[in-house]
Amino acid sequence: MSFYLAIVGTKDNAVYDLEFGTYRQGGDGRPKFSADMKQLCPFIVHSSLDIVEEMQWNTNVMHLKVIDKFYNYLISSYMTAGNIKFLLLHETRADDVIRQFFVDLYDLYVKTLMSPFYSVDQPITSAVFDQRVKMLAKKYL
Amino acid sequence: MLQNRSSYPSQQSAVAPSLASSSEKSIPTSLTPSSLRTVTTPRKVTIYDRNLNRRAPELSLAAFAFLFNEVVQYSQKNVKGIQEMEIKLSEYGYHVGQRVLELTVVREIKSAKRETRVLGLLQFINTGIWKSVFGKPADALEKSKDQEDEYMIIDNDPIVNKYISVPREMSQLNCAAFQAGIVEAVMDGCQFPARVTAHSVPTDLFPLKTVFLVKLDPVVVERERYMR
Repeated sequence: MSFYLAIVGTKDNAVYDLEFGTYRQGGDGRPKFSADMKQLCPFIVHSSLDIVEEMQWNTNVMHLKVIDKFYNYLISSYMTAGNIKFLLLHETRADDVIRQFFVDLYDLYVKTLMSPFYSVDQPITSAVFDQRVKMLAKKYL
Repeated sequence: MLQNRSSYPSQQSAVAPSLASSSEKSIPTSLTPSSLRTVTTPRKVTIYDRNLNRRAPELSLAAFAFLFNEVVQYSQKNVKGIQEMEIKLSEYGYHVGQRVLELTVVREIKSAKRETRVLGLLQFINTGIWKSVFGKPADALEKSKDQEDEYMIIDNDPIVNKYISVPREMSQLNCAAFQAGIVEAVMDGCQFPARVTAHSVPTDLFPLKTVFLVKLDPVVVERERYMR
């Protein structure tokens, strides 16, 4: 199973993205998207932003669960209080696990935000952040 | 510098060349891979290793007053008028507000929800944000009688103004513009763009009483009407 994660800022700008694979069922953590899919991932994920914007005023939860489908792929979304969107493309439905993943990712994001050298909507380039997100992926997905 | 370094234990002196600036070329003498391997550099503690939920014990008011005093003095430089200075103060507050919003929410992640209505958000600012920043809820939240898009958050004794006495020729100034900036950032962050300004309304009982006037953007008013 492969995943694609994108963090999108308040002005629909890209903040962070990552492709990764599962460690479950003997996976090695590498994404196994086909060459076509690899290119399509960002498109699919970002096109679901419209749906997020539609949904965000109808509910006050943060975890919007699965919001969009593209053939066999599902897109889950999580919205923080400050309108930063986390979007995850995945293959099987697992709301609870993904929620935990998002909550921990939120924690990481806020830690990044606490740094006086980071401001909202800036791309996250920290290697430590990258490493921590991969650890979360290994833990939950 | 060299003399200082000679007093180090030998293991550490092996690291020293890599730390020293490139201009000092004479230092590396016997730097073999094996001598490097014995050195254990302490792992750097990054911001990601800190715990977000560990609250610092109450901070000293004196230290805050001292720091804020410097902020006010700094913002007084290179400004033409009081209004400009208030805008500057508010900008500093804005950066605080952006962070405070997410931090406050993440600390209450169990009950976490996004605010989608104006009133809910204002109440959250009134209690949640105020409590997490100033340690007490704001004193009142009022809706303007004649203006539909104006709300007022009232603080009888704002902490930022506690040790500030405004000179007479600057009587227009209210340094709680900093606090207004925090509120504005929270409103903006939740997608409720608004302009927030601080106004002094001294009373006999509360000489520092400040009203934070929240003027909502027309977009918000329209959306609110649509959602009703």
